[in-house]
Amino acid sequence: MDVADIAKEIKRDDMLQMHHYLRLTRALEERITALYRQGRIVGGVYTSHGMEAIAVGYASALERDDVIAPYHRDMGAFLIRGFTTGEILAQYLGKRTGPTKGKDGNVHMGDLRRGVFGFVSHLADNLPVAAGAALAFKIRGESRVVFTGTGDGGSSRGDFHEAMNFAAVRKLPVVFFCTNNQYAYSTPLRLQMAISNVVDRAKAYGMPGEIVDGNDVAAVYLAAKRAIAIAREGEGPTFLEFKTMRMHGHSEHDPAKYVPRELLEDWKKKDPILKAERLLRELGYAEESYFQRVAERVKNEVETGVEFAEQSPLPEGPEMLEGVFADGADSY
Amino acid sequence: MVAMAQATEEVSYLEAISQALDEEMARDERVFLMGEDVGTYGGAFKITEGFLQKYGEWRVLDTPLAESGFVGAAIGAAMMGLRPVVEMQFADFISCAFDQITEVAAKNHYRWGAAVPMVIRAPFGGGVHGGPFHSECPEGWFFHSPGLKLVAPSTPYDAKGLLKAAIRDPNPVIYFEHKFLYRRIKSALPKEDFVVPLGKADVKRVGNDISVITYGAMVHLALEAAQALTKEGIDLEVVDLRTLIPLDKETIYSSVRKTSKVILLHEDNKTGGIGAEIAALLAEDCFDCLDGPIVRIAPPDTPVPFSPPLEEFFLPKTSDIVSAARKLAAY
Repeated sequence: MDVADIAKEIKRDDMLQMHHYLRLTRALEERITALYRQGRIVGGVYTSHGMEAIAVGYASALERDDVIAPYHRDMGAFLIRGFTTGEILAQYLGKRTGPTKGKDGNVHMGDLRRGVFGFVSHLADNLPVAAGAALAFKIRGESRVVFTGTGDGGSSRGDFHEAMNFAAVRKLPVVFFCTNNQYAYSTPLRLQMAISNVVDRAKAYGMPGEIVDGNDVAAVYLAAKRAIAIAREGEGPTFLEFKTMRMHGHSEHDPAKYVPRELLEDWKKKDPILKAERLLRELGYAEESYFQRVAERVKNEVETGVEFAEQSPLPEGPEMLEGVFADGADSY
Repeated sequence: MVAMAQATEEVSYLEAISQALDEEMARDERVFLMGEDVGTYGGAFKITEGFLQKYGEWRVLDTPLAESGFVGAAIGAAMMGLRPVVEMQFADFISCAFDQITEVAAKNHYRWGAAVPMVIRAPFGGGVHGGPFHSECPEGWFFHSPGLKLVAPSTPYDAKGLLKAAIRDPNPVIYFEHKFLYRRIKSALPKEDFVVPLGKADVKRVGNDISVITYGAMVHLALEAAQALTKEGIDLEVVDLRTLIPLDKETIYSSVRKTSKVILLHEDNKTGGIGAEIAALLAEDCFDCLDGPIVRIAPPDTPVPFSPPLEEFFLPKTSDIVSAARKLAAY
């Protein structure tokens, strides 16, 4: 798609806002990685480094009332849904002010009021749950949509297939995506599946599918918009395969020596932020001084978050006993 | 004539479950049903017969054969404000949905504060020659998993009242309904709406000598044994747990403190079963009041066999309770 077409299809403000969230995601995750390396964050840290365009693109394409059941490298989606850098850092530091009050770590956070489901480590477990949220919208005749996905590895699980099949049979308003970043921890795609495109899996369920450049935020946004429109019109689910590359290890403790260096060098040239900035320049929407201002702004936003998180109290031991059962059902 | 007709108007355990579903669906439009063959066919045991015609295809959903997928979908729908009741055709098949139940439904509220108000109906238990895949008692798997409530009624009254309470509860509840009781147990039910609160055991027979702590179909076996033992002057108290989680320790303890002797009876395998947990609780909290060893009656640790003599050997019998009670009375 050439620049003139994008200029027609995506509003200038939307493009600039997506760029802001790309930068904010990168800055926040770089800070999280640094805190992890300093030993200030315990547990696992899974980043979206080099894949920021996927969550930023799809979350920008959704309406406020829609629901997201994110993949574990979708930091941008949390930020777009209004999770502050302070709350997110509090989550990573196990503080009481994080969305899970210290009960869970890293991206395992959710908030029904902001329409984001908490992530479950058993990959693809949230796909049937997302289909169920879409079922609720269909039963009630609401025009809301659910966006959910997993990685290339997660697409091998039964729950992935059960969710896709159920959603297709009942024409549920849900969009499934796969972040195909070529490695499931250390397992390369060729040992994960005997096909080279994950999108082929959608055919078995009678579901339309599309391969999208996952490093191009404009392409992700537009593909998401198309799929969301189909779902909202009652035409059922679509499957989007975002092709990308995981630029860090599975988690920050993993040096990922199993990935050929040349492959990473190639993908480095396709960095989604540099790509978005090139596009903004070509569109005439922004230039270097603007990018510097954005970098400065997001840096401040992250540092404000670090301050909030560090000053927040840790939970006290006995608080772990709270919340196993609900007293009343949330009326979302 | 009218009075006689009312007195004989008894409802089976199966009809009680069906009535509870019907009344809750009529009362609350958020309640909907999902499962394999629950629609056109009316469920493998005909509990939801006629529901599709009455409530339509978006409140009675026939699902693909994919337990994990539709239990997951129920979780999502519950979080969005609906009140799903999922049928697990046979409780045995719940293993396919184990992950969604224990990892997603059970942990959801604890992790990030989103309640999952849903019910999974699990027709369980043996005595119907179902073999290893249609007779299982899988409650032990979930007894160990924090965040779930577990229910196992033994009478039509409890079956109806507990199902209504389960549907109105804001947590994921697994409702173990016993297949052997479906058409064998009948009683008259109140006409007005009623619930049996979760977490309350019921003393089905008051006695002074030995407490039999049990649930599900085994309650009836314990009552038969109690009847048989009256001639010998042994007076059994039969405590029906009704809810396994939350466990009503108060009722268990007060019964054992009164009788000083206890038999734990269940149809699930012995090792790591609910009886093992109650035995440990009694050893911790009621050691001083025990006048004899804690006795467990439960099937051996094998799958449930098919052939009638094998299944009969597998399942606890009234005579097992009678002979255990005699020994314990003499202790």
